[in-house]
Amino acid sequence: MKVTTTKIVTLLSIAVFVYFYMQNDLVTTSVVYSAIPLALPLALAAMVGVLCERTGIVNIGIEGTMLVSAFTAFFVAAIFEDTVTGLVAGVLTGIVVGLLLAVMSVTWKMDQIIAGVIINILAAGLTSFLYRQGYSIPTTLPQFDITWLAGIPILGPILNFHGPITYFGIFFIFALWFALYKTPWGLRSRSVGEHPSSADTAGVSVTKLRYLNVTIGGAVGGLAGSYLALEWVGIFERGFTAGKGFTALAIMIFGRWNPLGAFAAAIFFGLAQAMTNQLMIDEVINIPQQFINMLPYVLTIVVLAFAAGKVRPPAAEGQPYEKEKV
Amino acid sequence: MQKPRIDFGSLAIPLLSVTVALFFGGILVYIQNINPITAYTALFTTAFGSWEGIATTLAKATPLILSGLAVAIGLRAGLFNIGAQGQLISGALASAWAGYALDLPTLIHIPVAILFGAFFGALVGFIAGALKAYRGVHEVITTIMLNSIVIALADFLASRPFKEPDQPLTRTPAIQESARIPDFLGLPFGFFIAVAIAYGMWWFLGNTTSGFRIETVGKNKSAAWYAGMPVKLTVVMAMVAGGAIAGIAGAIETQSIVGRFEPAFNAGLGFDGITVALLARANPLGVIPAAILIGGMRASGSTMQFEAGVAPELVDLLLAMILFFVTAPLLARLLRKKESGVTLTSGWGN
Repeated sequence: MKVTTTKIVTLLSIAVFVYFYMQNDLVTTSVVYSAIPLALPLALAAMVGVLCERTGIVNIGIEGTMLVSAFTAFFVAAIFEDTVTGLVAGVLTGIVVGLLLAVMSVTWKMDQIIAGVIINILAAGLTSFLYRQGYSIPTTLPQFDITWLAGIPILGPILNFHGPITYFGIFFIFALWFALYKTPWGLRSRSVGEHPSSADTAGVSVTKLRYLNVTIGGAVGGLAGSYLALEWVGIFERGFTAGKGFTALAIMIFGRWNPLGAFAAAIFFGLAQAMTNQLMIDEVINIPQQFINMLPYVLTIVVLAFAAGKVRPPAAEGQPYEKEKV
Repeated sequence: MQKPRIDFGSLAIPLLSVTVALFFGGILVYIQNINPITAYTALFTTAFGSWEGIATTLAKATPLILSGLAVAIGLRAGLFNIGAQGQLISGALASAWAGYALDLPTLIHIPVAILFGAFFGALVGFIAGALKAYRGVHEVITTIMLNSIVIALADFLASRPFKEPDQPLTRTPAIQESARIPDFLGLPFGFFIAVAIAYGMWWFLGNTTSGFRIETVGKNKSAAWYAGMPVKLTVVMAMVAGGAIAGIAGAIETQSIVGRFEPAFNAGLGFDGITVALLARANPLGVIPAAILIGGMRASGSTMQFEAGVAPELVDLLLAMILFFVTAPLLARLLRKKESGVTLTSGWGN
């Protein structure tokens, strides 16, 4: 087994958890519990990045995808007075945005960074133009009380009492890992991201697979946005996603483009924030709120500064595929 | 020395993009049961219909020219500087501090405060440039993260150590009269500084060794490396220069418009710089008209709301659509023009 940053961080986190759990189990449980809603949107958004980049498409528009999906999810839920309808609308919006990115980067062969930035700016413009005050959704998505889950010692109270997107999201992350490494689709996807012309020679349609994965990525981004609006806080504001889509990219790189690695990195980010919040509540540390707000951004830069040079992105990333002419 | 030359062929796509964006924006306005012609007439007569309106427009265009240049010099070096916003805020705060804390005669105080802005803007650019060159961290992520960090830090500084005492708002004391940039012929003097910097950058890119290096690194990094150019240093220098220019934008805002640092005042100026730079196709001279157009739309968005009842956020949407049409190859194919866009993406590593 190779020693990687992700594994070290995971082991350290577990050690820290055990230490604090022995000190004070109630507070530690509540801190870790509150880290899950902080980590989940980041983890899901990082899956968007994994899906796209593994096939060679840089997706810097995750932020915009989440923003516009959160917007539609919230307002559809508010207007139709049904949260589930809102969720469907949010995911569909994500798919549309994913298709737009696919058209720009695969068919039009545009610069992918510019394509992503356009998605972000379009999303910000559209949502702030159409935003109306005074709407509210009927309820947030329910939190489930799962008896057998609650019965697990130590982990039970942490994993219980979350909403449907959280449970589906965690399932999806493991499913994506399995699909990416154990199925033909995964092998084809990865080969398209590493060496598209070889994949093409072997009979894999680069264009189709890139379209498919970027669109699935859009749906996942839509789910992440819907999570923020419908399961997490149940509100929507202008600029609601607050950079989570960009932090997710750092998490994806930190997790070496691997779904499980990215999941671990997202939990690390969530824990760091949850712990800081708790320390503030306990008045152990007294630092201005602005510095607390900065934490995820500083963490992102630090993580990238140490990880980026050491990890290797998919080789064909960012390059439009030109079929060789005979 | 090369002469400024207007290439009408390359004007076609930006102009068409603006027109098409206005058309689609008009449809959105029409859906809300408002006559789009009324809305656009209100928008453009306020911005360009009177001498007073033009002065306001040029004042709005000043920081946009500079933030547009900050993005443009990055694009020339193959970098996408999304961080003009943070660099601008850093500069605005630094110049405000120099403006109220230092006691200097006018002729020295104005440039010293501007230089403070340039230095602290450059510092933010330097962080992103150095991380890109020496750690391989993509500048798009670092500049976005730095934007949020600088905004939070500036908010902290303006609410604690640099706060104006005995009042509740998050803001610094007003700058001294000696640091205020005066008007010139009824127009804000900062506008002339911005135009001069635009010409300076155009000259620099076309006529100096460093400019040539930036262009070469932007066009082909490996070729530049094989030719023995200091690629990493050039990347850092382009980000530092962009940061300094964005910092000057913030300083001019502080010293001629706001008169102090107040966080709410500088919002969005750096992001509009992205639209300005791409509309101008990263041409320093093209940045001037692009900034004037967008500055005009920004300046009269609220009048449009007052006269036609359209939410001023329509301008945000129009700018986003302009950006889409100017970069997507749709219109270029329509005009059967060969695209010569900038290529920035090569994954996260390089």
